[in-house]
Amino acid sequence: MSDLSVLYDAPGPRAKVRNWLYTVAFVAVFALIAWWVLSEMADKDQLAGEKWKPFVEDGRVWTTYLIPGLLNTLKAAFLSIAIALPLGALFGIGRLSEHKWVRIPAGAVVEFFRAIPVLLMMVFANQAYAEYSTIESEMRPLYAVITGLVLYNAAVIAEIVRAGVLSLPYGQTDAAKAIGMRKGQLMLYVLLPQAVTAMLPALVSQLVVIVKDTALGGALLGFDELLGQVREITANYGANTIAAFTVVALIYILLNALLTTLASWVEGRVRRGKKSTGAVVAAGPGDTAGVDAPGVDAAGGPGGAGKTG
Amino acid sequence: MPSRPDGTPLPSNEARARENVFDFLDQYDVWEAFWVTIQLTLYSAVGSLVWGTALAAMRVSPVPVMRAFGTLYINTVRNTPLTVIIVATSLGLYQTLGIELGGGTSKDISFKLAVLGLIAYHASFVCESLRSGINTVPVGQAEAARALGLGFFQVLTLIVLPQAFRSVVAPLANVLIALTKNTTVAAAIGVAEAALLMKEMVENESDVIFLVFAVFAFGFILLTLPAGLLLGWVSKRVAVKR
Amino acid sequence: MNLRKASLAAAAALTLALTGTACGSNSGDDDGLTIGIKFDQPGLGLKTPDGKYEGFDVDVATYIAKEMGVEEADIKWKEAPSAERENLISNGDVDFIAATYSITPERKEKVDFAGPYFMAHQDLLVRKDDNSVSNEKDLNTSDLKLCSVTGSTSAQNVKKEFAPKADLQEYGGYSECLTGLENKAADALTTDDSILAGFAAQKEHQGKFKLAGLSLSDEPYGVGLKKGDKDMQKDINDAITKMVEDGSWDKAAKKHFGPANYQYDKAPKITETS
Repeated sequence: MSDLSVLYDAPGPRAKVRNWLYTVAFVAVFALIAWWVLSEMADKDQLAGEKWKPFVEDGRVWTTYLIPGLLNTLKAAFLSIAIALPLGALFGIGRLSEHKWVRIPAGAVVEFFRAIPVLLMMVFANQAYAEYSTIESEMRPLYAVITGLVLYNAAVIAEIVRAGVLSLPYGQTDAAKAIGMRKGQLMLYVLLPQAVTAMLPALVSQLVVIVKDTALGGALLGFDELLGQVREITANYGANTIAAFTVVALIYILLNALLTTLASWVEGRVRRGKKSTGAVVAAGPGDTAGVDAPGVDAAGGPGGAGKTG
Repeated sequence: MPSRPDGTPLPSNEARARENVFDFLDQYDVWEAFWVTIQLTLYSAVGSLVWGTALAAMRVSPVPVMRAFGTLYINTVRNTPLTVIIVATSLGLYQTLGIELGGGTSKDISFKLAVLGLIAYHASFVCESLRSGINTVPVGQAEAARALGLGFFQVLTLIVLPQAFRSVVAPLANVLIALTKNTTVAAAIGVAEAALLMKEMVENESDVIFLVFAVFAFGFILLTLPAGLLLGWVSKRVAVKR
Repeated sequence: MNLRKASLAAAAALTLALTGTACGSNSGDDDGLTIGIKFDQPGLGLKTPDGKYEGFDVDVATYIAKEMGVEEADIKWKEAPSAERENLISNGDVDFIAATYSITPERKEKVDFAGPYFMAHQDLLVRKDDNSVSNEKDLNTSDLKLCSVTGSTSAQNVKKEFAPKADLQEYGGYSECLTGLENKAADALTTDDSILAGFAAQKEHQGKFKLAGLSLSDEPYGVGLKKGDKDMQKDINDAITKMVEDGSWDKAAKKHFGPANYQYDKAPKITETS
């Protein structure tokens, strides 16, 4: 039922009028709320020019705070996925192993790290590095954030890899066995290369989740990422918290919208690709994968549930 | 500082060696913290289900403005970090707009604001799951309903949604599990839930951080694993066989 | 297939990013000094958008450095968040710390102090027209919405000592509290009066807030340094004494705290000697 207009009849004259009324009522309520919000903010001087001007007039807000913060966010995100990728692949293949002694421990590790909140891992890593390592205090939050994200996302990627491999037609395995490939060769030369292509959209979507999660480090561990810049901007420009916060939120939304668009573009490419089998792992199966069927689907399936924001 | 929250100094290492390893728990109310986590989860789960269903209804409704609103809402919220949303409820709704959600002490207000933020965020995932569930309902069902003369709301509430819900129990279970874990973000506005207590504990009891982590990890596994298994079983029971 | 190329490019970019962060920045010992300060505390230690540092702590630290024969240009400033201060000193990441660092018996077990160079007191920042809090007793009521920073000493003091009944909201930073105070969602922000004065003195805030003047505690700010470094302790104490005597102390205090109408104590007596 992808054409949703089957849910209602083509509007006749009365339905048209009714739809118009709904539209007008909806827009009116919306406008009323917007007006109330703005007037409350104006009342409390939150719309005052001096609070918002720095973001337009003072380039230093961008060069000293926002852009370096954004770069830190991206650095943490890319490093996390770069480290989590091989680790996750290892565990994902481990879970597909024929040997119990590999399959069960790999499964246990994956399920453990998927079951606990990423924030707990970050908080723990931060303190553990403070106690047992000599990492500089300035770098510690970055390490802690990356550690938390790697542990969690390696587990998620393990499930993506498993789903990717399982999504391939069984004929691939049969054919490889028929020409006498060993198990390692089968995985390395036949299954993984195809699975990686099928996984790409899911991996890009996972990047969105990771970018969102870095904000936790800014709010609770003092990591100098985008959200963390709010504190420094407001210390210099007179507690314009609301303004700074709004700008930062918009940057997040734009960045993630960009990544989401990229993910669906990649997905389209993969689906249409002639060389691949056309199998695609759903965007961000994340938590979908483990509990029930692997998150492989053909048409805009359940999608991933929200991970930590 | 080497002292506990109640001001008593930490015992020396020798004294600690004589203690039971789990004695550090006596100083803290771990149950209370997890109880807050559970409450956050339950209230937000119900709220997300209601708001998510409303959003899904908007996205399939005959009124273009509502469809546009639903799409815009979901694309915006899904791309915003939950941390930003939760902090925004506190800074924006409470501090700037003065919405107190029934008032009380700032602890109560923070709790309610956190629930609101969690609902706003997870409703978008509920909506997306539901929409994919609606897609699994055969077209003939809606056509037959319309042929009987049912209007949009009747088609949706009597025919389509009941079937859609049964097919999305598993994805909804995943949203619930993600929600349980995401309640930790409420720590960002000072809600005294598990993650905030753990942060305090690892800082004060720095010699037993592995134990502290183990206790809290175990707590969350206890919350998420059974829920996942139970709902996985339910989803198989109620799935519409086609 | 273009996708494959794109993946390759992405992998290359990642490798670059990895190597980029791998190079540590632990510069060896040279003639300069590394000093720990706050980066986000207007009036005390603040990193400005130009990448400069200003505030009372910064001025004191610069003066001390100058007395030790180090030019301002050779000072390397390092951020010293409250929870990290002892670690920074014991790891040798900094030579000394001047970052609203109160001298307390617990801290003296881990580090040594020189000074104190300033006497702060825990106080309340309230809206200019608000006179409801005039003494300590007014604090302990659930009608009063107090705001402070999560885990700070001031927040713990409120909970345990002055006002266990007060309705205390804790945030990650002071600016969140200021927004609440400005919008009347909070009635008072509590921490050291020097910090409050720094916020009240910002040009955007002048005329909006005032200090309640309660003096709830004594917070002697000292210069934190490595345990047992008696030579440095003496050098710093001498420098502070000289700074007070030649009037630089007064000038610095007036410059940073003056606009807030903050009645700061005179320079305290040096107590941390060996």
